[in-house]
Amino acid sequence: MRKFISILLLAGFVFYFATLAGGLMIPSSSADRKSVGLEILSRAKGETGAANAVTSVVVLYRGFDTLGEVTVLFLAALGISVFMKGTGEKRKTVLDQSFILKTGSRLLFPLMFLFGIYIIAHGHLTPGGGFPGGVIIATGFFVILLTSESVHFNKTVMSVLEGLAGLSFIGLGVVGLLGPGNSFLQNFLPLGKFDTVFSAGIIPLIYAVVGIKVGAELSSVVYAMKESK
Amino acid sequence: MNGILSVSTVLNTASAGLIVLGLYIVFTQKNLIKMVIGLDLADTGVNVLLVSTGYIKGNTAPIFSKAGLQVSQMVDPVPQALVLTSIVIGFGVSALALALIIRLYQKTGTLDTSKIRGLKW
Repeated sequence: MRKFISILLLAGFVFYFATLAGGLMIPSSSADRKSVGLEILSRAKGETGAANAVTSVVVLYRGFDTLGEVTVLFLAALGISVFMKGTGEKRKTVLDQSFILKTGSRLLFPLMFLFGIYIIAHGHLTPGGGFPGGVIIATGFFVILLTSESVHFNKTVMSVLEGLAGLSFIGLGVVGLLGPGNSFLQNFLPLGKFDTVFSAGIIPLIYAVVGIKVGAELSSVVYAMKESK
Repeated sequence: MNGILSVSTVLNTASAGLIVLGLYIVFTQKNLIKMVIGLDLADTGVNVLLVSTGYIKGNTAPIFSKAGLQVSQMVDPVPQALVLTSIVIGFGVSALALALIIRLYQKTGTLDTSKIRGLKW
């Protein structure tokens, strides 16, 4: 019965997609495209000063939405910490991996950290930004935690870092609100020279803050999951 | 290339396939971790579908990386920005689901939904 119902549901979905597919064959030349995207593409370079148009959409045009996204990620991390709290049993023996793995991971960690910072700092010039960069930094911590069981983070430092980063995101938005632009997350810094690292006003600042927040959050998620075994 | 295998056809077919496959896994599997994998597959399918709506044949990424690049040579940036949000939300959902599953396993000792009382349908 269960299989039958699921196959019925799936057939409905297949039918839905089949009817949708005709409408989804998007016009494949840019001449007959009249969309928000074209308007944003033609204005983004002058208005935001960021070479990466996707970044200017994410951080400035839809910056408030990104704040919500960061909040959702924070709630997920908070939920995981709450679920995992107090589930760990104290283990008497600490199992460390072999010397080669430990040394290798410690060698790898600074490189991964640096690469994450690079991705965050170039978010307005190349694909990347705060979210992928933060995930790369958290992956560095993950590698360390996987190989050496005896490593312990200071959880308070992580939480403080995360909270400060979230506050600075809102603070940057409020400064824009009080500034001449008079709207939340409005750019208030000079745009600088186009296509260089120090350009695009507050975009690199916001992405740095997002990167710190995501990195700290995901590291503490990984730590909480590891502690709960 | 006006053949049957245009890029948007391939992307649409792939996304529909991923969504249907993911939903099938969610409906039929009893292992909770497999259900989360199915959710993730469906999520990826939706992301592919969203990105493919912004695609324009022959155009490049919406990044002004070279001096001579014109706006008419770029794909739509808005779906890509939306998908960035979607990926992050999908990550949050599956991470939270896996944390819940860990707790459920500690409480009941099984991952099989048919063996957990109160989850039957």
